[in-house]
Amino acid sequence: MGFSVGGYLEAIRHRDRVFDFLAPQASMNLDVSKGYILYLEDINVSFDGFKAINNLNLYIKEGELRCIIGPNGAGKTTMMDIITGKTRPDSGSAWFGQRLNLLEMDEPEIATAGIGRKFQKPTVFEEHTVFDNLDLAMAGNKNVMALLNARLNTAQKERIAEVMEMIGLADHRYQRAGSLSHGQKQWLEIGMLLMQNPKLLLVDEPVAGMTHQEMDRTAELLNSLAGRHSVVVVEHDMDFVRSIARNVTVLHQGSVLMEGTMDQVQSDPKVKEVYLGE
Amino acid sequence: MENSKTAADIAKENALFDRKSVLFLVVLAAVCVFVAVTNMLFPEDSALHVPTYTVSLLGKYLTYALLAVAVDLIWGFMGVLSLGHAAFFALGGYAMGMYLMRQIGDRGVYGNPELPDFMVFLNWTELPWFWSGFDNFGFAMLMVVLAPGLLAFIFGWLAFRSRVTGVYLSIITQALTYALMLAFFRNEMGFGGNNGLTDFKDILGFSLQGDGMRLTLFLVSGLALALGYIACRYITVSKLGRVTIAIRDAESRTRFTGYKVHNIKLWIFTFSAALAGIAGALYVPQVGIINPGEFSPLNSIEVVVWVAVGGRATLYGAVVGAIVVNYAKSWFTAVLPEVWLFALGGLFVLVTLFLPQGIVGLLRRRNA
Repeated sequence: MGFSVGGYLEAIRHRDRVFDFLAPQASMNLDVSKGYILYLEDINVSFDGFKAINNLNLYIKEGELRCIIGPNGAGKTTMMDIITGKTRPDSGSAWFGQRLNLLEMDEPEIATAGIGRKFQKPTVFEEHTVFDNLDLAMAGNKNVMALLNARLNTAQKERIAEVMEMIGLADHRYQRAGSLSHGQKQWLEIGMLLMQNPKLLLVDEPVAGMTHQEMDRTAELLNSLAGRHSVVVVEHDMDFVRSIARNVTVLHQGSVLMEGTMDQVQSDPKVKEVYLGE
Repeated sequence: MENSKTAADIAKENALFDRKSVLFLVVLAAVCVFVAVTNMLFPEDSALHVPTYTVSLLGKYLTYALLAVAVDLIWGFMGVLSLGHAAFFALGGYAMGMYLMRQIGDRGVYGNPELPDFMVFLNWTELPWFWSGFDNFGFAMLMVVLAPGLLAFIFGWLAFRSRVTGVYLSIITQALTYALMLAFFRNEMGFGGNNGLTDFKDILGFSLQGDGMRLTLFLVSGLALALGYIACRYITVSKLGRVTIAIRDAESRTRFTGYKVHNIKLWIFTFSAALAGIAGALYVPQVGIINPGEFSPLNSIEVVVWVAVGGRATLYGAVVGAIVVNYAKSWFTAVLPEVWLFALGGLFVLVTLFLPQGIVGLLRRRNA
């Protein structure tokens, strides 16, 4: 079959790339030469006349850890839906690096291009073990025939073990994901994102329902990811935001109210008004 | 279900031939050998003799079991509840029926060497184009797989790409099989109208009525069931199978993980339809008739009941369910025909309420 011959030739040309899953997925087309990984410009979305996103402009730098806060209904989750291809905006543009137009890609394409998303409610594959969850999330060939004959090699197993260590679930390797605690599921989902080798991680309310101890560990985990990945965190918990954030964006009624450090944001009168109704 | 397992447990469960699969295949082989030996060796008046009528009845159950395995693959493992799988079964059956019709030759009532009886009756003068090639066994067998496979591919391409899921998908599969039933009832379609295809004589030159042929068809059905089971098992223990379970449990998560969910659904659905077609092709020579009634929506629903009663997402559970329910059906329709549909409905309700994992789930609980 044509594709395999071409594929082999391509593989011979790239002898430096031995393991698919080690290469960042988007290496081919992701161009971050200007230092920004995500551009959202003049985005508008309305649902039945309700403007969920209103002229939103947001830029994320490469390697940045950005927190997004805002009252309920500010459009945080809708924004993530747009970036990951779940919702199409009525107008505006969304670019991943200089060259990838997110509005022309579907969910699997966007995921493969290097954007990973953690849902608000932890969503893991409950019937599968922790190990299988990470295996399924691993970057690599996801075509039907490739999946039918997929076997794990040593390097892939090591990569899974490494991520399991990182998210603190090494002792739960063969446990059904459905039987993990709430916090462990959140970490597993972050681990699944890491297996995808994304350049940009979107993390929706990672500490909802976590104990303080778990929260500290999550903060540590997300901090360690910034730099190598760009991380966007949507969160309500102000203490948690303070513990991780360098830059905070406040959303209100579908557009950016202000951007700045946590101190600037918390002392801003407009933000106080939105949050406290003063 | 226990939560923490060891690496060895996992490896054992994910082996192609795990303990339960081996047990299932051994029992299936034993039944086939037992039936063959007792049918051939013991004289007809012996108490141990299995009459040929029973052999064909069991052969019919085996083809139903293969159909149930095909449905379990997409429903139990991928969460796609097809309420139209009997359509693919019937299409495979029609492909086989067309071959068997061509085998009749000039031995029909009208003695026309070129045309099947029903076409002579309709005053047709030549064979419609879509009947050509069906006198060739190889071509007919290809159609047994291709006709249902192609229909499933086109249907799946449209449905899965548009992200039709859940109950909506179930409803349009019902519509599909109902539409096919109405179409096949029409004489102008060229498939024998409401009488369907029947009065078969030979297959590959051997009489279909002979004891040897009856037994052969039964054994081929057993073999097809074993191979179909192994093929499905191969899929479900592969990474592809783990992805289908992921689709069943968290479809949008799977999509955000980078899997083209519609492609995976499409290929598994097509494979399952082809398997159903093979089952149908083996069913027809053993019952001696195929008519549009096989497309009836009720048939597809019954298949789902078999799988639910046997136990979903186990494959062997589907086999158990198909055989138990059909045995019950044979018994009821002989002894208390008017009660059967109530018994079937009641069975489905009882299983759903008290045995969510079906009959095999009951056994599993007892073992644990």
